[in-house]
Amino acid sequence: MAGRILVFAEQRDGKVRKSTFEALGRAAELGDEVHAVLVGSAVAQIAPMLGNYGAKVVHCAEDPSFELYSGEGYAAALSAAIDAAAPDLVLVIATAMGKDLAPRAAARKQLCMLSDCITLDEIGGAFEATKSMYGGQVFAKVRATGKPVLATLRPSAYPAPEPSSDTAAMESLSVAVSEVGAKVVEVLKQEEGALDVQEADVVVTGGRGLKSPENFHLIEELAGVLGGAVGASRAAVDAGWIDHAHQVGQTGKAISPKLYIAVGVSGAIQHLAGMRTAKCIVAVNKDADAPIFSIADYGIVGDLFKIMPVLTEEIRKARD
Amino acid sequence: MKILVCMKQVPSSEARIVVAGDGKAIDPTDVEMIVNPYDEYALEEALRIKEARGEGEGEVIVLSVGPEKVKEAIRSCLAMGADRGILVKDDAYLGGDGLGVARILADVIRTQEPDLVLCGKLSIDVENNCVGIAVAEFLGWPHVSLVNKLEWPEEKNAKATREIEGGREVIEFGLPAVVTAEKGLNEPRYASLKGIMQAKRKPIEEVTPSVAMPAAGVEIVSMAPPPERGGGQKFEGEPEDVVPQVVTLLKTEAKVL
Repeated sequence: MAGRILVFAEQRDGKVRKSTFEALGRAAELGDEVHAVLVGSAVAQIAPMLGNYGAKVVHCAEDPSFELYSGEGYAAALSAAIDAAAPDLVLVIATAMGKDLAPRAAARKQLCMLSDCITLDEIGGAFEATKSMYGGQVFAKVRATGKPVLATLRPSAYPAPEPSSDTAAMESLSVAVSEVGAKVVEVLKQEEGALDVQEADVVVTGGRGLKSPENFHLIEELAGVLGGAVGASRAAVDAGWIDHAHQVGQTGKAISPKLYIAVGVSGAIQHLAGMRTAKCIVAVNKDADAPIFSIADYGIVGDLFKIMPVLTEEIRKARD
Repeated sequence: MKILVCMKQVPSSEARIVVAGDGKAIDPTDVEMIVNPYDEYALEEALRIKEARGEGEGEVIVLSVGPEKVKEAIRSCLAMGADRGILVKDDAYLGGDGLGVARILADVIRTQEPDLVLCGKLSIDVENNCVGIAVAEFLGWPHVSLVNKLEWPEEKNAKATREIEGGREVIEFGLPAVVTAEKGLNEPRYASLKGIMQAKRKPIEEVTPSVAMPAAGVEIVSMAPPPERGGGQKFEGEPEDVVPQVVTLLKTEAKVL
């Protein structure tokens, strides 16, 4: 059993990212004692609830300069938490923030680093992970040769545990705050309520088969009914129909939602690399030989423009 | 401005990858090697910055680690317009340990004293997403990662945009700094015939870093193709007939609705 595990609890605007609970859950399974670190301008009030997910102690680094994320500032805070908690393992979620923070902190604290882990275990006293390589054509088992280890965990790799009523003890962390060289001056938010493909339980993805950007409303409507996110294939993004943030696949995001619905997506190997770990895959495509059907649990062959209105309506009825 | 671009030679994204007999590496037979596509975005951006600042100004240096064969990739970068190349020659280098490589790169970068270091956000072979950021830490410089837009309001002050979940961050920074490139930053140029000819005469220097290649912090235990995921049920027919069947299965069998 691993000793102490420190989880970086990611928050923006005082809201803890869902994937943090997944990391806390996995940490509780792997370690003897779970600590978390929260970094922000005023985060103490959200610290106790991390106990609901298994954290015993939450190290809070509060400073006005932590209001917005910065690689340098947050790396200093995480490093201070590593000094305070002396963990065997540091867990960070592989989000835009986590991917930016983790290498900086690992380099500073001279930790072994495992990136974008799909699984993470302790085997014979060493941390071992499964990760994607070569655009998802290879799944590699990689082992950290020493401790402590810093691992970034792919969102949705592990389920979030059911919350308990336990609360965490809070310890404030003193961080020597210095002027940062790269400073976030503005955060531009997308349209209110738009879900990110990496965090949504349901993702509905549109591809070249949609024929034009106007037809993305078919995807948006179904995603809306399911409370899911809108994804896109590389072809749709490269055609300029939709922003790269929506792209699923090798040059986009790798995701593991509960339900993935691919519409007019042929299923190039680079696309499959990004979604093959979804729990349930539905494909709609007019080409019965499209590669997407080779991994879909439920495939519907036919004209998506006829199928989508029916599918959206039937799912609406099924959820009522 | 002196700009240094870190580059890795990787198997083409179009290559069919086969795991070698020992199950710990890929079989290199018939695998085309290319400049890591994200590093190409980094190089293109470096060339544009240099060009925007006028004829004869500045320099673009390409730095890589690896065996002799990497010189082919460096030559491709020189053909695109980089001025010179540096290779930390290491025949045993496999590139799985990003932090170790970052330490070597940082050591060489110190000797070159660039104003700006550009890297790809990750290499498409091992997908670690860590080298550029770790280089910044070892140099003690600020970094901005996953950049898809870079502007220069002042000569040595930049404004970068990066994608985050549900939005974008706008970041201001001064030099020196490290920037890692995301898709969308630019559209890399193709080398011209003239560029290819000129590249043959541009220098590629081999260097030995002053620090030894550190013991790997990460080792590969095994490699395998992704777990099989068989196709499931396929439905063909009128949407009014087949769609309700699928929706019923999603509700009762897959239990995802």
